[in-house]
Amino acid sequence: MELTVLMYLLPALVMFGCGVYGFLTRKNMIAIMISLELMLNAVDINFVVFNRYLFPGQLEGMFFTLFAIAIAAAETALALAIIINVYRVARNVDIDDVSKLKF
Amino acid sequence: MPFSLSIAVVALPLLMFLVLGLLDDRLGRRAAGVLGTLSMLVVTVMAYGVSLTYFFGTGQGQIIDGVRQTVTVWNPVWLSFTDTLVVRMGVAIDPIAAMMLIVITTVSLMVHLYSLGYMSNHEGEPEKGYQRYYAFLGLFTFSMLGLVVATNLFQIFIFFEMVGVSSYLLIGFYYHLPAAVHASKKAFIVTRLADLFFLLGIMIMSFYTGTFDFDALVGTGGAAAHTALGTAHTALGTAHGATFMGLSVMGWALTFIFIGGAGKSAMYPLHIWLPDAMEGPTPVSALIHAATMVVAGVYLVAKLFPLYVIEQGAMDIIAVTGAFTAFYAAAVACVQSDIKRALAFSTISQIAFMMTSLAVSSASGELIEIHGDYGLGYMASMFHLFTHAMFKALLFLCAGAIIHAVGSNENSMMHGLHKHMPITSIAFLIGCLAIAGIPPFAGFWSKDEILVACYHKGLGWGLWMSMVAGLTAFYMFRTYLLIFFWSEHKQHGHHAPADAPWTMTLPLIILSCISIVAGFVPAHKLVTFDGEPLHTSLDWTVAGSSVAIALIGIGLAFKLYYKENDAPARMKAAATGLWTAAYKRFYMDELYQFITHKIIFQCVSKPIAWFDRKVIDGAMNLMGTVTQYCASAVRPLQAGKIQGYVMTYLIGALVLAVALIVCVLV
Amino acid sequence: MESIGNIIVYVVIALAITVFSVLTVTTRKILRSATYLLFVLFATAGIYFQLDYHFLGAVQIAVYAGGIVVLFVFAILLTHKPGQDSDRIASHRRWAGIVAAVAAVGVCAYALLSVDRWCAKELPSMQELDITTVGRALLSTEKFGYLLPFEAVSVLLLACIIGGVVIARRR
Repeated sequence: MELTVLMYLLPALVMFGCGVYGFLTRKNMIAIMISLELMLNAVDINFVVFNRYLFPGQLEGMFFTLFAIAIAAAETALALAIIINVYRVARNVDIDDVSKLKF
Repeated sequence: MPFSLSIAVVALPLLMFLVLGLLDDRLGRRAAGVLGTLSMLVVTVMAYGVSLTYFFGTGQGQIIDGVRQTVTVWNPVWLSFTDTLVVRMGVAIDPIAAMMLIVITTVSLMVHLYSLGYMSNHEGEPEKGYQRYYAFLGLFTFSMLGLVVATNLFQIFIFFEMVGVSSYLLIGFYYHLPAAVHASKKAFIVTRLADLFFLLGIMIMSFYTGTFDFDALVGTGGAAAHTALGTAHTALGTAHGATFMGLSVMGWALTFIFIGGAGKSAMYPLHIWLPDAMEGPTPVSALIHAATMVVAGVYLVAKLFPLYVIEQGAMDIIAVTGAFTAFYAAAVACVQSDIKRALAFSTISQIAFMMTSLAVSSASGELIEIHGDYGLGYMASMFHLFTHAMFKALLFLCAGAIIHAVGSNENSMMHGLHKHMPITSIAFLIGCLAIAGIPPFAGFWSKDEILVACYHKGLGWGLWMSMVAGLTAFYMFRTYLLIFFWSEHKQHGHHAPADAPWTMTLPLIILSCISIVAGFVPAHKLVTFDGEPLHTSLDWTVAGSSVAIALIGIGLAFKLYYKENDAPARMKAAATGLWTAAYKRFYMDELYQFITHKIIFQCVSKPIAWFDRKVIDGAMNLMGTVTQYCASAVRPLQAGKIQGYVMTYLIGALVLAVALIVCVLV
Repeated sequence: MESIGNIIVYVVIALAITVFSVLTVTTRKILRSATYLLFVLFATAGIYFQLDYHFLGAVQIAVYAGGIVVLFVFAILLTHKPGQDSDRIASHRRWAGIVAAVAAVGVCAYALLSVDRWCAKELPSMQELDITTVGRALLSTEKFGYLLPFEAVSVLLLACIIGGVVIARRR
């Protein structure tokens, strides 16, 4: 049995689908952030797998992932800060209560 | 004295308007009045300086070869649309403008002074808007002065509108009284309608001649006049060929311009606003509706006189209108019981005299005969304008004093005031003698020359105008006697009427003196349309007969109205229909009401209003509704629900992906 | 032919990713959700190790599992009472989510499966990726050098620090 590209990509795809589902359905903003991390992670896996299988001698995919992780960390930190601020004002972290973005 | 002072003459009243109008209540009542009056005094002194220099001075370039020239003091370009379409704004002095400067400033100064007393209280309380009143007086004086020194038709038109506006403001001064509001609206709308024709006339005129300037149209003075008339004639020649309904194009233009003047000068049938305008304060009536603004129409025709001379058709229209109006207004004045109305109709009649005089002036025909008695009617008209302004202002100011003392306009409330108000009575008598044409009072000299001019035109014209002159004497003395004699004064108010304070009597005395001596002003040497002295002599047949007719009218009035008797009542009973018709001004107002309300409003305005409301507003509303509907339909897309946005984004991305797969992979 | 050990490791990783992903988004206890996320991230790191990207796997564990998940836990503890469950998800919302997710997965899966030349590709051999190579690439300005993105990310992180301070500061 060979471990082909597809065998790594399918779990990533499932992870991505779960991320989409969670992002669309959860009401808790932190849960939405978690779903977002799932999706990001799935994409990272794709970069690495393609890099490894198709261009084994090069490092583009790996570095993409590296930077994506760094940016994800930054983004999560900021998002959580915002969520905590929202919590201070609204006393909950329900996404439906944060609808002023239309203005 | 340099003529450039005349710019200051025009500008100072405007400055006072701005100062008094902007400061308003910040300036004390007394201070506003005194400031306005003092500045008017300065204006008057300067205007006299300018005019007297123009008439009697030498070496300022106003007389060349014995011909009086138009002095253009200042004439900058105001609006420049194209090379040919240029509107100027300036100050020019010619004989009639110089004369008008004297008339306007004199009467205005008298009215300013008089108003200090007259406007100080209103039914026992301090008058509100004292400052506003003086500001408007300043505005009016400015507009009127700007009108008379205009250098072109367009400027005259602008100032025509401005005197209309200030007249509107002053008639509606007591804006809390519905009658005053209606009267001011009526005056404004009627004169505005007439001014529409004026504007049409200006447009036709300038289209064919290519200019607005009086210099180019009707330059006065000797050789210049001949050349100017020649060019004007040539220019008109192009328009001469075409005719429409019996008048040439220029005839129509001049007739339209006359209609504009007729609106301001209250010629029949546009006279309906003037009697109502008496709702304004009485000094305003004296200034605007007796002495100055109402003669603007006469002034306009006089200004364009050389053109009217060419167009006999337009002249005939003016002559007939004037002669008819003179009689009509005199007849109505004979039965009025409101003294201000009686004076208003008297004013209409007298202005019609001036118009007629102007119009018959061209009687002897050819352009060549410019030095004959050709200019007599013109001169007489301007002379009458001058003397009439003085004695009519006097009469109105007297009426104001009487109304001030009695508290009513109706002569039935007055009777027998002679004992109580001797100064006013004598002043009024002088005014009546002047208007009736008894020598040596001012009216005699000017009216006599008008009658002479009319007799030159034809015997019928002369007899008609003589008859109207007799009527004038009759109705003026009827009014006078009913106010000051007839019966003992019955005590109506809380105190006996007495002569007014000095601020009001002083103008009466000054104007009385002017009314006595104004007839001796050598107008025939000064105010002629070609700038050369006119040689006149008193025509004793005409003068004698007109005095005799006037005396008959006065005698009749004394017989009927000196002592209380039942003769007037019997006459009234004998001709009730005629009396009522005359009292109702021959139903002119009702006719206007019928035409405007029943015909114009019903047939024109209502369908237009319907169209506006249903079709135009409907289309606008439809657009609004559709927009609103679409907006509410798409609004949920922007609800602020982040997951909704993501869902939309995801659907979009999937659609794109599927499209890509279908196109590329399959 | 892969070694059995590799296959076992792969199966464990794939199962872990699938199961914990689903659990992450379906559990109603938010703290558990974060914990399952941690497991998913570990499994991802396992994939990186298996694919010989040891440095990346280490970063994944250090930053993701060690940093971000801790942040999540802090945020959860700050905003939730102990033992608090999330509300039950409304069914129309759940179905909308399921349909969207399945559609997304379906489109991607079709795209993957329709390209069958990848499926059979064996893992090519690769030289050991030592940390020196990674370091040189990261700080080099030549071709395949990543100094510019490296600096950009450092600036981004600085901005993020400042932003975090500003946003979270009590006013």
